[in-house]
Amino acid sequence: MSAPTRPDSPVRLEALIGALKGRGILTEDELTARQAQTDCASPEIGARMVARAWLDPEWRRLLLSDGSAAAEAMGVSMAGAPPLGVLEDMPRRHHLVVCTLCSCYPRAVLGYPPHWYKSFAYRARAVRDPRGVLAEWGTVLPKGVEVRVVDSTADYRWMVLPLRPEGTDGWSEDRLAAIVTRDALVGVALPQVTPRTVAV
Amino acid sequence: MSDADINGPTSEAPIPVTHDMGGASRFRCTAVERDEAPPDDFGKRVDALRQLLAQKGLMTVDELRRGIEAIPEDEYLALTYYERWLRSMTTLMLEKGVLSREDLR
Amino acid sequence: MTPAEGTSAAASDPPGKSAFAAPRFEPGARVLVLDDWPERRGPCHIRTPHYLRGRTGTVQRLLGCFASPEDLAFGRPASRRALYHVLFEQQPIWNEGHCGDELLVEIFEHWLEPIEATKKAI
Repeated sequence: MSAPTRPDSPVRLEALIGALKGRGILTEDELTARQAQTDCASPEIGARMVARAWLDPEWRRLLLSDGSAAAEAMGVSMAGAPPLGVLEDMPRRHHLVVCTLCSCYPRAVLGYPPHWYKSFAYRARAVRDPRGVLAEWGTVLPKGVEVRVVDSTADYRWMVLPLRPEGTDGWSEDRLAAIVTRDALVGVALPQVTPRTVAV
Repeated sequence: MSDADINGPTSEAPIPVTHDMGGASRFRCTAVERDEAPPDDFGKRVDALRQLLAQKGLMTVDELRRGIEAIPEDEYLALTYYERWLRSMTTLMLEKGVLSREDLR
Repeated sequence: MTPAEGTSAAASDPPGKSAFAAPRFEPGARVLVLDDWPERRGPCHIRTPHYLRGRTGTVQRLLGCFASPEDLAFGRPASRRALYHVLFEQQPIWNEGHCGDELLVEIFEHWLEPIEATKKAI
C-alpha cells in the first residue's frame, strides 16, 4: 500500500481552496467540473488507439507521426495538453516509459497515473534495471529483444504501441482493444492472448 | 587513458538532488509497489486544483515542479504524491502574492 | 482531457515551423551532454537527469521548440529552445545491465555539445 494521506492534509487543502475562493479566483463548480473531466480519461482510449493501429495502416501512420492529432481524432481534446508521442515496439525492440524526475504520463489518453508509476522505486530502477522491473510484472522478453527505456523528461508525453500478439488474426477492434492494458501502454507488460479473452 | 576516461563522469559526479531519482542506489533493491488504487478524493481534488491554477495563468507546471523539488529531502520522501503537490501550490500562491498568510488562517 | 496539464507545452512550435533559429543538430549527430551541475550553484529547475551529464549520445530527432522550463519555473520570460530525442547506451552509464539496451531521453539543445570527428572514438 502507498502511504495514506495525512489527516491534516485535506484540512490544509480546504484552507487553500477556501482562500482562493475568497479572493474570487475559483469556484466549487469549476473544481467539480475539472475533476469530472479528468475522471473521464482512461486507458481505454489508448487501448482503442492501439487496436486501430493494428488494423488500419493509415491510422497507424497518423498515430506514429502525430499522436496528438490521433488523440483528437478519437474525440480527446488535446488543447493545451502536452504533445503525445507514440513509440512503436519492433520485433527486436521493446519500449518502457518512465519519468525519473517527476511523473510525466500521457494522462489525456491513459487517465490518472497509477501509484507505482510515481513511486520512487519505479523512477529509480526503470532506467537502470529495466529487465528487473519487467520481471516483477512477469514480463520476460524473447531472446534478442532490446529494451529502450524512455525517460519522459520534458514536453512530450509518451505511450507505447506494442506488437500485436500472435493468435489474434481476424479479431475485431473491440476484441483487440480489450487485450491492450494500461501496463502494456506504459511498457511494463505485453498484450496477452489469454484463454479468457479468446473465449470472448 | 586514465580511470576517469574509462569510467566517465560517474567516478566524481556530485550526489544527485532528491527528485532526480534515475538509478538511485537507495531504491535498487526496493520492489515496485503494485498499488492499483485510484487517487483518493484528496488526490483528485488536489489534481483538479492544480489544473485550474495552471489554466488561470497563476502557476505553470514548471513552477509546480520547482516547488516540489524545493521540499526538503526527509519531507519529500515522507509526504504522499499529492501532498507534495499541495505543499508546492500553497508555497507558490504565497510566493507569488496571490494569497497572503492571513488568507490561509 | 487535461488541458491545463502542460502550460509549457502549450507554447510549442512543431518541428520546421519555428521562428526559432535553425536547430543545431541533425538526426544521427553524436552529442555530449554537458557535465554541468547548476543545482550546486543555487536554486534552479532543470530537466536533464543527472545520470546523463557528461555522457555521449546520438540525436534521434528534433521534437520541436519549447519555452525553456528553466525560465518558466521561476516565472521569467522564457527563451525558446530546441528539444531533441537523444539515444544513449545503458551499459556505459551504469557499468552494468544488458548489452544493447538503450535510453531515449528528451534533452534541450543548450545542454548538448557537438562531438567532433576526432573524438568519436570515445
